[in-house]
Amino acid sequence: MHPLVFIVFLPIIAAIVAGLGGRWIGKTAAKVITTGSLFVGALLSWPIFFQYIAGDAQPVVVPVMEWIRSGTLTVDWALRLDALTAVMLVVVTTVSSLVHLYSWGYMEEDPSQPRFFAYLSLFSFAMLMLVTADSLVQMFFGWEGVGLASYLLIGFWYHKPSANAAALKAFVVNRIGDFGFSLGIFGTFLVFGTVSIPAILHAAPGMAGSTIGFAGMHVDTMTLLCLLLFVGAMGKSAQLPLHTWLPDAMEGPTPVSALIHAATMVTAGVFMVCRLSPMFDTSPTAMHVVTWVGAATCFFAATVGTAQNDIKRVIAYSTCSQLGYMFFAAGVGAYGAAMFHLFTHAFFKALLFLGAGSVIHAMHHEQDMRYYGALRKEIPITFWVMIAGTLAITGVGIEGFGFAGFWSKDAILESAWASGSVSGTIAFWTGSLAALLTSFYSWRLIFLTFFGEPRWVESEHIQHALHGIPDEEHGDSAHDHHLPKTGTGGYHPHESPLSMLVPIGLLAVGAVLAGQLYHGIFVDAERAPDFWRGAVAFSTHLAHAAHESDFWVKLTPTIVMLIGLYVAWRNYIQRPEASTRFVETFPAVYRFVSNKWYFDEIFDVLFVKPSLWLGRLLWHGGDEGTIDRFGPHGAAYAVARGNKVTARLQSGYLYSYALVMLLGLIGAASWALWWAAK
Amino acid sequence: MITLAHYLTVAAILFTIGVLGIFLNRRNVILMLMAIELILLAVNINLVAFSAYLGDLTGQVLAMFVLTVAAAEAAIGLAILVIFFRRQGSIAVDDVNRMHG
Repeated sequence: MHPLVFIVFLPIIAAIVAGLGGRWIGKTAAKVITTGSLFVGALLSWPIFFQYIAGDAQPVVVPVMEWIRSGTLTVDWALRLDALTAVMLVVVTTVSSLVHLYSWGYMEEDPSQPRFFAYLSLFSFAMLMLVTADSLVQMFFGWEGVGLASYLLIGFWYHKPSANAAALKAFVVNRIGDFGFSLGIFGTFLVFGTVSIPAILHAAPGMAGSTIGFAGMHVDTMTLLCLLLFVGAMGKSAQLPLHTWLPDAMEGPTPVSALIHAATMVTAGVFMVCRLSPMFDTSPTAMHVVTWVGAATCFFAATVGTAQNDIKRVIAYSTCSQLGYMFFAAGVGAYGAAMFHLFTHAFFKALLFLGAGSVIHAMHHEQDMRYYGALRKEIPITFWVMIAGTLAITGVGIEGFGFAGFWSKDAILESAWASGSVSGTIAFWTGSLAALLTSFYSWRLIFLTFFGEPRWVESEHIQHALHGIPDEEHGDSAHDHHLPKTGTGGYHPHESPLSMLVPIGLLAVGAVLAGQLYHGIFVDAERAPDFWRGAVAFSTHLAHAAHESDFWVKLTPTIVMLIGLYVAWRNYIQRPEASTRFVETFPAVYRFVSNKWYFDEIFDVLFVKPSLWLGRLLWHGGDEGTIDRFGPHGAAYAVARGNKVTARLQSGYLYSYALVMLLGLIGAASWALWWAAK
Repeated sequence: MITLAHYLTVAAILFTIGVLGIFLNRRNVILMLMAIELILLAVNINLVAFSAYLGDLTGQVLAMFVLTVAAAEAAIGLAILVIFFRRQGSIAVDDVNRMHG
């Protein structure tokens, strides 16, 4: 059997064994099975990736079984392997196996570990199914599978109401996207008569320019299909305006945030656009929309990231922003750059999340950065890997050597500039501005967490740790923007166990080297076509243009990165009170940004409140007022009321019985006489 | 000249008084027995009147039967009444309301 079969199906077997049998085999066995299955997958994936790099592997399709055969609709389970899948395999299995290992330490004290590991493996299976899909329906299966696993894992601590709410929110918001995606699949089947991806991509250029009736209008077929599919990508990849679920998803355990909400699941939308890139290339309108949405999200999320205090939320908005980069790269046609950023981002963002998890672990579940400070000496290994991740995300590097983000972000910005279109140019400037903000919030995170004075004493979590009170859930204690007073309170943070440090160490290696080693095969105009071999619609022309873009274009990301670093350093190291003063000078700006541009509030007014109103109307007016009133309740009332009337007839008095008897006799006699008369 | 119609009218009036006596009387069970006797009497008048009118004795024979049965009925009714009075200490109609199902 092809190794791909093992890579995809071992995790689901492990998930079933650990999830259903966890009670009997014990938590250690469950952890070994799930983690082992993913490590086997990773060990099988890397050689496949290297084969594609070496250029001696052809795309293959591994048939598994027939699934649906109904009329002209034929759907088969088949695992598709090409360069694009190989990249995703490496990303998914590597990050997933490291996150499994990390969870050994992070979830040490949790009572339901088999369930957690089973969910993680279930997620990995669904994600692998998504990336190996040969048909849109199979991709949709994986798409929904990762959504389910995401829901289960966000709500893993189901006794927390906030976690349940976040899980529901993620699920519901994703439903909107998935509705668009499924409409896109229906439309694709309608137009092409098949859901097989290679067949669709083969036929797509022939359909360019045709029109189709939709919602009473004649619209361009390919634009409509691509936009519908892109709505699905917006939901899954947390793009404006369907991004609101991602920050809330941070309610889940930190390894989940690293795996699902940073490295893999949220990149599924980018993957889908790249997988269907020949289709998107046929519709310039759809490509412009993708670019606009990506650029807008990239900038929006970066601004919000600068004003968050929860360490995980900063990284969540950062993820949102980086996904925006990937989308506008895809939107200008630089699919290689989009996938490259996806690849490097998986390493450094998983690293940042797991590093943040290590900090949270050390600080006894305190997540508020205002209560951190001066941690670099207490947890030095975490400090150094976080530095590596920050250098990678901010894109530090010079021509010839750079951290991962340096290569991929530069490739994206250069491609956007080189595309020459209006939307590409705007995306370039927006992306550059977002890069400045990225640098600022990333260094702000580092400075607040690891530098300055310790501000641990006022943290409730630390207080609980010091006084031996079991850690209960509670809300934010500090609501203003002033930093809490300094002092350690006698608390000593402890470095995380080896099972957590090894994965972040390995990811740090990836964050440092992933860009350096692989930029050639992903985006280089000479080498990339040999790597992709049509797996994505790689544009050699655009790659050349990007490579030969002006010197100042190449320099811009580095300059804005340095500006961001300087602003962060000045505000949080040199003069720690400066940020407070800024907030006091511009309170409206701060409120606007720290309330996430009021997106949640706007949606509340526009959608949630009217839905509740409509629901209440149908509940009280429709269900209770009409159906129940005239249905079951009405019938019961009529019977009870009628009984009361008839019960009064049975008085027990002789004379009333006699009266009834007489009336009956009269009636009977009248009837008989009447009848006889006839 | 007293015709059949006069007899029937008297019988009908007696019958109606008897029926109303059963319904409207709220005081005494004995009154109720008497009302029944009135109804039977009305029937007897009808029987005898038709018998005379048609020249057929059968009606008068039947009237004799009815009188006998009425006497027996009155005797049994009064006996029940005596026992009832011993049990309840009252023969007011309004107190006799135990005939629920």
